[in-house]
Amino acid sequence: MKLIVAIIQPDRLPEVLDELEKRQIHLVTASNVLGRGRQHGVSEVYRSHQEVGNLLKKVRLEVAVNEDFVKPTVEAIVSGANTGQIGDGKIFVLELAECVRIRTGETGCVAIG
Amino acid sequence: MAWGLLLPQSFAGGRQPTAAIRKHPVINTADTAWVLVSSALVLLMTPGLAFFYGGLVRKKNVLSVLMQCVMIMCLITVQWTLLGYSLAFGSSHGGLIGGLDFLALRGVGLDPNAEYAGTIPHQAFMAFQMMFAIITPALIVGAFAERIRFGAFCVFSLLWATLVYDPMAHWVWGAGGWLRNLGALDFAGGTVVHINAGMAALAAALVLGRRKGYPDTSPPHNLPFAVLGAGLLWFGWFGFNSGSALAANGVAVNAFLVTHVAAAAAGLSWALIEWLIIRRPTVLGIISGVVAGLVAITPAAGFVGIGGALAIGAGAGGICYLAVSLVKSRLGYDDSLDAFGVHGIGGIWGAIATGLWASTAVNPAGANGLFYGGIKLFGVQLLAVAVSAVYSFGASYLLFRLVGAIVPLRVSEHDERVGLDLTQHREAGYTLID
Repeated sequence: MKLIVAIIQPDRLPEVLDELEKRQIHLVTASNVLGRGRQHGVSEVYRSHQEVGNLLKKVRLEVAVNEDFVKPTVEAIVSGANTGQIGDGKIFVLELAECVRIRTGETGCVAIG
Repeated sequence: MAWGLLLPQSFAGGRQPTAAIRKHPVINTADTAWVLVSSALVLLMTPGLAFFYGGLVRKKNVLSVLMQCVMIMCLITVQWTLLGYSLAFGSSHGGLIGGLDFLALRGVGLDPNAEYAGTIPHQAFMAFQMMFAIITPALIVGAFAERIRFGAFCVFSLLWATLVYDPMAHWVWGAGGWLRNLGALDFAGGTVVHINAGMAALAAALVLGRRKGYPDTSPPHNLPFAVLGAGLLWFGWFGFNSGSALAANGVAVNAFLVTHVAAAAAGLSWALIEWLIIRRPTVLGIISGVVAGLVAITPAAGFVGIGGALAIGAGAGGICYLAVSLVKSRLGYDDSLDAFGVHGIGGIWGAIATGLWASTAVNPAGANGLFYGGIKLFGVQLLAVAVSAVYSFGASYLLFRLVGAIVPLRVSEHDERVGLDLTQHREAGYTLID
């Protein structure tokens, strides 16, 4: 089992969800986050004061999958979130030690899907 | 407005200036106070509208809508004092457009202008009118929200105010205006403000095209803002309608009351219809109904009684619900925030309904509608609706095309995705953490 964590541009979220859906990946958690990479993206200006070093708004996706879904998930996120521009984001693939479905108490690969 | 009413030489509102008053203008302090307060109330409607619209758009566009409304307050105020007031209320050229005699408010002083309002300073009348000129283009914002380029918006709004609003204000309210002379009744601006802005909104939606992703766009980002905005609109509308009596008198009181009752009836009817059809009355539904009711009672406020107000309000809730929920989705245009569905359709319903329920028992300076034996008024109302709707739609459509030929109307797809706040104004409405 793997946990796939992706940091993407907020405006690409609909496309990424579409791509995941196309590959039968329905279970996703999304959250608003702030962060910065190497990008110097669009910065905000308040009354002519440029805010330097601002953290930029991103969306973090978390998808827990069995091994055979790792590749399709990564592909889906890349194809939905890639614009070729700086700031498109990153994908992290982590080992997932355990998974428990709270309702039934099932664990492991059965619980994940 | 009362003077917009159009029986030549007659003034609504028990304020008929006698020959003596015309020669020696006397300022009535109560009238003046009421018109000044009403002017401030009408101005407050534009920030109210900004919050109404701002709550309905997505997070990333909230500032752009507020900005457009505030920019209109500034832009049109300057346009109105320099040129607009004169085009709308200057001496008539063939009933079509006012002359340049009030250019830069020359000759608009503290003495009353008996042609328009015989008991208040001319400047008070001008200021009251200015607030209407401001809110009308602001209403159109609802149609092109979330995708227009800010520069194109500014150019369009300025030209629209000058070439569409000012002439139509002259037709209906200006001394010698041709619709006014015809006898059409428009107490507080159903035609000039709501049909006018509503048809321009439809033209905007058609020219600009749909937002990316429409109709699967995200839901309103802040409905509490929309409720706040609707509340401010309701409050300000007392100035809009009751102030249009241009006097602190019985007509003003009647307008105040029927405005309130129609708003309530419309909110109720919209919510009840939702309850029946989709099983849940919604917050957005009831406030949309309230606004639709306020729109519909606007032309009628000085001429109908409580019964008429209840009927006009209830009808507005139902008709605008149909326009917004059925017609829009069938035809597929993207009027983002239903400026056409509520203001255009509500305005048309109100103008026609004025021809049904108007009664000289309420206001002797008005006329009888169809339900009181007045066939002529009903016909005139239909004509006024048709002419103003066609003119407004046609002129707005051409104007959008013209502006679009000079500067791009729409933001790029990238900017639309990222949002207008960041791309047009380099600001964000909300932070994620402190």
